[in-house]
Amino acid sequence: MNQNLPEDPQLREIVKSALAHKVTRRAVLGGAMATGAAALLAACAPGGKSELTPATDVSDSDKSLIWSNWSLYLDVDDAGNYPTLESFQTETGISVTYREDFDDNDSYYGKVKDQLALGQDIGADITCPTSWMAARWINLGYVQTFDDAEIPNKKNLQPAYLGESYDPNRTMSLPYQGILAGFAYDKKAYKDATGKDAPTVVADLWNPALKGRVGVLSEMRDTVGIVAMDQGVAIGDANSLTEDAFMNAIDVVGAKVSDGQIARIKGNSYKDDLLNGDTIVAIAWSGDIIQLNAEEGYERFGFILPESGGTISADCFVIPMGATHKKNAEKLMNFYYDPYNAAVLAAYVNYITPVVGAKEEAVKLDPTLADNQLIFPSEEFLAQTQGFRALDSKEEQSFTKAFQKIKLGA
Amino acid sequence: MAFTAFGSNNRSPSNKPRRTGKVVIALLAPGLAYLAMFFLTPLFALIMVSLETPDPAGGFAEYVPAFEFGNYANVVSEYLPHILRSFGYALAATVLALLISYPLAYFIGVKARPWPMLQKLMLTLVIAPFFISFLLRTLAWKQIFSNESWIVSSLQDLGILDQTQYVVGTPFMVIFGLTYNFIPFMTLPLYTSLERLDTRYLEAGSDLYATPAKVFRKVTLPLSMPGIISGTLLTFIPIAGDYVNASGDFLGSSSTAMIGNVIESNYLQINDYPSASALSVILMGVILVLVSVYVRKSGTEDLL
Repeated sequence: MNQNLPEDPQLREIVKSALAHKVTRRAVLGGAMATGAAALLAACAPGGKSELTPATDVSDSDKSLIWSNWSLYLDVDDAGNYPTLESFQTETGISVTYREDFDDNDSYYGKVKDQLALGQDIGADITCPTSWMAARWINLGYVQTFDDAEIPNKKNLQPAYLGESYDPNRTMSLPYQGILAGFAYDKKAYKDATGKDAPTVVADLWNPALKGRVGVLSEMRDTVGIVAMDQGVAIGDANSLTEDAFMNAIDVVGAKVSDGQIARIKGNSYKDDLLNGDTIVAIAWSGDIIQLNAEEGYERFGFILPESGGTISADCFVIPMGATHKKNAEKLMNFYYDPYNAAVLAAYVNYITPVVGAKEEAVKLDPTLADNQLIFPSEEFLAQTQGFRALDSKEEQSFTKAFQKIKLGA
Repeated sequence: MAFTAFGSNNRSPSNKPRRTGKVVIALLAPGLAYLAMFFLTPLFALIMVSLETPDPAGGFAEYVPAFEFGNYANVVSEYLPHILRSFGYALAATVLALLISYPLAYFIGVKARPWPMLQKLMLTLVIAPFFISFLLRTLAWKQIFSNESWIVSSLQDLGILDQTQYVVGTPFMVIFGLTYNFIPFMTLPLYTSLERLDTRYLEAGSDLYATPAKVFRKVTLPLSMPGIISGTLLTFIPIAGDYVNASGDFLGSSSTAMIGNVIESNYLQINDYPSASALSVILMGVILVLVSVYVRKSGTEDLL
């Protein structure tokens, strides 16, 4: 009786209830349709949120894994292969499908939201949303709890990454890379336009000579965070970053958008604008800028934290409820928490590695890496950064709405 | 022209009672079922979503069914500039496309008649851009007019633009892109109606001492009216809902966002489904009203 039931839980309910009524041919048009309709309505009704349960783990019989990640976020060699991922595959015998389809937190969430809410497979066994988005998934019960026994290397994590409010013991999310946002600038063009060497405070972005050549990130927490910090707000503190403080910062950004000073509010695609010269200075992510310099072949762009501080956040591994290869995913995380692998990865992507011991391994690869504050930041360097505080769902709704209106020029 | 096949079918009314029943219904059924499935159901769902209200107990972006007509008032007051801008841009781009396409279609359809090969070649050239994705073509324009391009720097050196004025992200650029992308949709219907223009009427007009301008106004223009109407509809309607050209990733910026961009951002970025749906319904309604007024005013109801 159980064969060939549809995978979709709603359809399965309908089919089951139809089967339970022992459908005869005669009853098909009458009774079964009514039952089906009733089941459909019941399944669609919003009330009574049932708790989601993890999908059955088939890792032991099926050595495969689908990893959905941001672009330019894994080491690549000239042939287009991913060296660390290949050594993971040879080491474990798990074949990994790597997808660079995580282009933006909001749009990725918009795409998989309905499957997540039903506990269905989203087409990825493991993915890396930014911590605030991971927090949302955790609060909504959309992700599986890790089996720490499968991730012995978790002990290598920097203590700073443990003890997040949304996941105190890091049992449902683990950091992939830490990200810094600050100012990126085209060194020569910036000097030509302003006569200064580098932007140091937010006010430098509002220099009239840069009108129409300034870009900011479409990631609200980075853009508004940096402007709010410039206004003396501690963005990690709920008493300091109140709704009013947030709206004050939003107003500054909004005014600069409407007078044409800020020409672009973008996600990852801001790189193109820096490369073709449309943007001279931007609020940007550190690792991207270093990779751009590598592409250009010289130190064309600079990256600097504002005097009032830059924002820090992290992208986190999570395993959605509908993922069927949990154990394989845990092995993958364990692999990247090995200091050597973490060092190879960080040396390539140029983001902050969360792994203790990666620095020592990186020095063996290339001694100059040890001094790279963007990969292995010192205490003093980290003191210049702040993380955006967690928002409750009401705040999140009103803050994102306000930011979206700026993006649309309203 | 093909449209008239549906409308003005003046067969004798005595046929009416004959077999209106089962056969007709059976023949119509697949079409009606298709419409019900793929047009009415989504439309109904869209309207229902547009009336939803935030779930008081729910988290981010969770909504419950309701009849919150206030959603419509809210989106209109919040996004009125975008609604007006969309129709303004659509109007400007349609008029520009008409002004560019008409001489082109006239040349291909009338002047080039003695040279059929040339006609075919030119028609192919009109359609040729479709062989490349329109996203790529739009991005190419963005590159051509980028801030560091020689076009922009020449315009700045000539004093047409200030040193801190650029082209990408301005209304000019967006209307340019819209016009460029939709010109073939204007040219082809104009061509089909001009291609059938009987040039003997034009000769008769000049034989009767009408100036070329008068011949155009009294003969050519009225005869090409069906082409103008279908061309303008085929451009205006999709332009009003276009969200690629005006998007910041292509030719636009925050200050050029059109209603399509607002819907996209409400739906995909902040998951405000009721607002996005209400805007979609409004867009649809406004287009419907504008188009029916336009068709009525231009006296070509039999086109529809």
